[in-house]
Amino acid sequence: MSFQEIVFYFFSAVLVLAALGVITARNPVHAALLLVLAFFTSAAIWMQLQAEFLAITLVLVYVGAVMVLFLFVVMMLDINLARLREGFWSYLPLGGVIALLLVAEMWVTLEYLSGFARTPGPPPLPPGYSNTKELGRLIYTDYVYPFEIAAVILLVAIVSAIALTLRRRKRSKYVDPARQVSVRREDRVRLVQMPAERQD
Amino acid sequence: MSTVLQPFISLGNWVWGVLATVMVWVFGQELAPAVLYAIKILLLIVCIVVPLMVAVAYLTLWERKLIGWMQIRIGPNRVTFFGIPWLGGLAQPIADGLKLLVKEIIVPAGANKFLFVLAPIMAIMPAMAAWAVVPFSPEMILADIDAGLLYLMAITSFGVYGIIIAGWASNSKYAFLGALRSAAQMVSYELAMGFALVCVLMAAQSLNLGEIVRMQQGGWGPLNWFWIPLFPIFLVYLISGVAETNRAPFDVAEGESEIVAGFHVEYSGMAFAIFFLAEYANMILISALTSIMFLGGWLSPLPAVFAGAAGLPWLAADSFGWLLVKMFVVVSLFLWFRATFPRYRYDQIMRLGWKVFLPLTIGYIVVLGAWMQTPLWIWWK
Repeated sequence: MSFQEIVFYFFSAVLVLAALGVITARNPVHAALLLVLAFFTSAAIWMQLQAEFLAITLVLVYVGAVMVLFLFVVMMLDINLARLREGFWSYLPLGGVIALLLVAEMWVTLEYLSGFARTPGPPPLPPGYSNTKELGRLIYTDYVYPFEIAAVILLVAIVSAIALTLRRRKRSKYVDPARQVSVRREDRVRLVQMPAERQD
Repeated sequence: MSTVLQPFISLGNWVWGVLATVMVWVFGQELAPAVLYAIKILLLIVCIVVPLMVAVAYLTLWERKLIGWMQIRIGPNRVTFFGIPWLGGLAQPIADGLKLLVKEIIVPAGANKFLFVLAPIMAIMPAMAAWAVVPFSPEMILADIDAGLLYLMAITSFGVYGIIIAGWASNSKYAFLGALRSAAQMVSYELAMGFALVCVLMAAQSLNLGEIVRMQQGGWGPLNWFWIPLFPIFLVYLISGVAETNRAPFDVAEGESEIVAGFHVEYSGMAFAIFFLAEYANMILISALTSIMFLGGWLSPLPAVFAGAAGLPWLAADSFGWLLVKMFVVVSLFLWFRATFPRYRYDQIMRLGWKVFLPLTIGYIVVLGAWMQTPLWIWWK
């Protein structure tokens, strides 16, 4: 076994165990943290496929931003485990069918692609090849329309999420920071000249 | 110089040779090079982390001294080495470290013990891992990777986990409030910081940190550095850096006067010290990155003509020393902010991040893109 294979099997084992942990952990915070571990190890595997831009972006976007917000929400939930497990048996048949379907689809795809033969590693890249530059070139030339459309769809999603949840309280007191900053002493304090009084 | 070092170099080579033979004997011909490579990288990591930790220790002393002088106090001046009076205060960080080492680590009742221990580890990990891609000089760099800037953004975005895990695992209201505050704050300022880095990579045409420094090379010294064309971004990055490291005036995550000490209120002894180390290592990291991206990194600020005229050619030489000088100046700025400004109000922090910095940086990307298309852009190589 070469060093690369050892690294690959190590990360794969961690990934599979972490993914299993995500669905079996009782504590939702533990599950979210295990998901972080799963993302991180899959990024390491992508790195081995010489897709360093995608690997780092996976960490940056999912680990650095999405999961932080996720954890943020999960930590503030008060989850009743007993109630969560109430419907387990009634949901099991449907969930099981969907899981089997997913496995079958993956099986068929893999069978179709390579017939489970050992896929060779990526061909060595020429020196000076930059993953980032290559992806940027493709996205902004050949695939510019799909890229822009995806961006607009995401923007619509953001705007609609805000529009759905934005509620302005009627009596909320809001101070305009610009006005706050421009306040002078004369607006707030009045100095009064008084003759000194004798104390006796 | 080299004659003095020669015995040490040959001793090192001899030890390395012995180690290589042993590794071949233990792991076999095929695996030995990989294992040796791993050992070499580990040694290099030690060469970065040990000076970093010493720098962190003495940064705490420098902070106390500098703020002391700014507030017309003396600062620590008692603990010395071997009772030599004029070294007064110099041994203070070591005394503090020893004290923290021997103190008991108390795990609060109802705390999640595993996560409670994991949190400081998660805090210090990114503060150290980020140094892998920092170029200290043209040759001194651990991993000269192409996507260095991207790696930095990814690794530094990990820092927030240490804080939120600490806040949640402590099973304490104050700690949790501090963690929530700081998570929101760090996520907000990361965006402004990310867009600031986009401006840098546009100007430098590269994600490689060494390449970014090389793009700032030129006959004009400091006028060639990116702080001139990217001046607003330079300010945004520096201020976001202060906010990212949760330093005053953005230290609502700690907020001693409101929520006692925020996310690490339940930590004691070495577990607390590790949060402390992480905060200071992050400060040094931000100052190193500011120096590299905007202040020319290892480049000398003196044009060769002036230094040659003064008879000091070594002043014009590009070296690690110049990077150290720049880092020192920037890190002292951090301390100066702390001594000067009162704490921001929480809603104003959010306003600054989302309503001022984010539009500013996005707008500047457009301005910069347009500027770079005109002949007025004189920073091309």
